Amino acid sequence: MTVGIVQFGGSNCDRDTLVALETLGIDAQLVWHRDGLPAETTGVLLPGGFSYGDYLRAGAMAAQSPIMSEVRTVAADGVPVLGICNGAQIGCESSLTPGAFTTNQTARFKCEHVYLRVENADTPWTSQYHHGEVLEFPIAHGEGRFEIENDHLNRLEADDRILLRYCDSEGAVTEEANPNGSKRGVAGITGREDHIAVMMPHPERVCLSDVGPTDGRGVLRGFAH
Amino acid sequence: MRGYTATVTVRLKDGVLDPEAKTTQRALERLGFELDALRSADQFEIDLTADTGPDARRRVEEMTEQLLANPTLHDYEIAVEKR
Repeated sequence: MTVGIVQFGGSNCDRDTLVALETLGIDAQLVWHRDGLPAETTGVLLPGGFSYGDYLRAGAMAAQSPIMSEVRTVAADGVPVLGICNGAQIGCESSLTPGAFTTNQTARFKCEHVYLRVENADTPWTSQYHHGEVLEFPIAHGEGRFEIENDHLNRLEADDRILLRYCDSEGAVTEEANPNGSKRGVAGITGREDHIAVMMPHPERVCLSDVGPTDGRGVLRGFAH
Repeated sequence: MRGYTATVTVRLKDGVLDPEAKTTQRALERLGFELDALRSADQFEIDLTADTGPDARRRVEEMTEQLLANPTLHDYEIAVEKR
């Protein structure tokens, strides 16, 4: 069993996620997109970066690569799939998850730590946390503003598909705490089933106790679920 | 078969925030220009060979639906001319 970390030209968080998963004792390997998924794939991680230089729209090119058809197939069979940052953009562009992550409200790249409120603790990615818990993760993106039609977002909320929202240190979802203008502060969502999820913040960057807090471990433990 | 050029214009749907257009508008205003609004759009020109104009349009529509536009964010227009 192994988690495939899919590398595209321009991925740059692939090795960070590998180290984070290995630290948690989760077997993982880097998978070059042209090589396809290994037969023994038990999870897929779409890492952050700037695949194909973010040409056209972030994630648009990678979403069309043949390996993403394989990812959709294994996802439909119940294999857990997590997209982080550029991986989240690829997830939305390839219809694994709804909506789109597009240009930040300020039109500027944001690189900082943010607070996130757990909106649904009943998913593989959040079961290590409790509902309403406040986490601190880094973000680093220019196109992280979650956009979707209001009616569609209402349905996602009704179906409990919002995973995380940007909040302040007390857990209040406010305009000031929203780093990129995401609609209703959405930072992460699940796909049609909750073993498929995407998020703009980087859980893998808060996993190693040697370099700081380890709030992100719970998300990656979703692969060991 | 003959040559056609299809011009695809991809713009944000009404109601979708356009931070780059806002920033550009503010920059123009700082330069002293007066304007009421500014919208941005992407334009692609595609040369292709097809039996008829409608054939060319159908193929370009497929290209646009699959890659050039994102239906969550964009509306698009296609104009086809003989090349």
